[in-house]
Amino acid sequence: MSRLLPPLLLTALLLLAWEIACRAFQLPVYLLPPPGAVALSLVHRAPLLLSSAAATFWMAFQALVVAFGLGGGLALAVSLNRSAEQAVRPLAVALQVTPVVAIAPLVVIWAGLDHADRAVVALAAAVAFFPLFSGVLTGLKSADPDLERLFDLYGASPLQRLLRLRLPAALPFILEGLRVAAGLSVIGAVVAEFVSGSGATQGLAWRLLEAGNRLRTADMLAALVCLMIMGLALNAVVGAIEGAVRRRLA
Amino acid sequence: MADAEEAFAAALRDVIVRYPGRPALGPVDLGVAPGEILAVVGASGAGKSTLLRLLAGLETPSDGTVIRGAGRGRIGFVFQTATLMPWADVLANVALPLELAGAPREVARRRASTGLAAVGLGDRLSTRPRQLSGGMAMRASLARALVTEPDLLLLDEPFAALDSVTRRRLIEDLHRLWAGRKPRPAIVFVTHDVEEAVYLAHRAVVLDAAAGRVVAELASPGVLPRPEGWRADVDYRAAVERLAAELARSMTAIPAADERGS
Repeated sequence: MSRLLPPLLLTALLLLAWEIACRAFQLPVYLLPPPGAVALSLVHRAPLLLSSAAATFWMAFQALVVAFGLGGGLALAVSLNRSAEQAVRPLAVALQVTPVVAIAPLVVIWAGLDHADRAVVALAAAVAFFPLFSGVLTGLKSADPDLERLFDLYGASPLQRLLRLRLPAALPFILEGLRVAAGLSVIGAVVAEFVSGSGATQGLAWRLLEAGNRLRTADMLAALVCLMIMGLALNAVVGAIEGAVRRRLA
Repeated sequence: MADAEEAFAAALRDVIVRYPGRPALGPVDLGVAPGEILAVVGASGAGKSTLLRLLAGLETPSDGTVIRGAGRGRIGFVFQTATLMPWADVLANVALPLELAGAPREVARRRASTGLAAVGLGDRLSTRPRQLSGGMAMRASLARALVTEPDLLLLDEPFAALDSVTRRRLIEDLHRLWAGRKPRPAIVFVTHDVEEAVYLAHRAVVLDAAAGRVVAELASPGVLPRPEGWRADVDYRAAVERLAAELARSMTAIPAADERGS
């Protein structure tokens, strides 16, 4: 509780300053609505925002699962062969450094002219792929070399080595990758939704676009607050899982 | 022990290991008899660990042969650190070699808990390695190496990181465990500590870094396990001094003529 107090206090202080500034300078609402207006919008549009948040969350979650399957699977396959890793890693890095906004229009053409949600999932998965691939691969190779020797000595099968040594050793790295990927998948989903821009997906990014087009700034900020809360919640959930697993391992 | 093959639990014959960009190890000729405790001393970088890995079959020589005696198969290995899996409790760690060999979980765990009781960790079965002291972790590591009832036990400076009191206690434990087995396993013990070498082993050999060979050999006086207060024995002190002198000579790095004894 004492750790939550300072950031909450600071937030309240900033909101108060914002509210006072809006009133003192009599700023037009379309330029900068006061926090009170944003709060009102949040309350009035709660059902819509909730269903939009659910849509964005669902797309990001699907992307995370896809990225985990592809990234983790590829890392597992590559970890068994040194030259395979050398071949794949630069490509994975290339995928990672290409800005997601730049690939988005392509993915929309390929996957999603009729199915915008598929394009969103594909793009979010592409963004979430690298930290998972990298985390699993690094983790699988992180086992104590002397423990590896011990498994050699006792003639462990590749499956025994994987299940009893490499996967448990990789777990903290995998969770770390998962945490980064969870945040990225939300970013990817929002960017993809912006680019596809059709309204077919009905996520929070669409709410932002829609409100922006109508100069309803308070509604935009309300959608933004929802995204922020979603990101924080996701981070907290994965962080809690990570903590629990670490405690079990320690 | 009639024929030559049976005279050794394990042996290296003219073994050479070449490394890229470093002087080669060998040729080394070295054997350990069944039930014998052999200490290998030498400066760091002399190839002591490599020698153990060769005997364990974890490394292949560039030249020469590694011989394993009759009744071969089971080898125990203890590394410089306890090398326990941090995510598993002590019991699971010690049962691992048996489970990897396909023993049913129940059997493996039962034998592991017997082994842990023998090293004084019978009340720590479900403890995580991180919660063990250095000495206890090393005991668990020893129990894991012994759980398959090996005929050859290889120890790579296992007590180097421990304080002297714990170290002495563990050496006594090792002697007790060794003496309690029928038949007694052969032990190859790598160390840089000459007192430890003389106290622990029947025989000590000095490995020279520059020459990459065994340059001296010394039989340790007295009987194993050591009687109480043996560290004050004159013969023991004299043997320690002799071995220390040989080790110092090997470290002055003149790859002179082959001084291998006997």
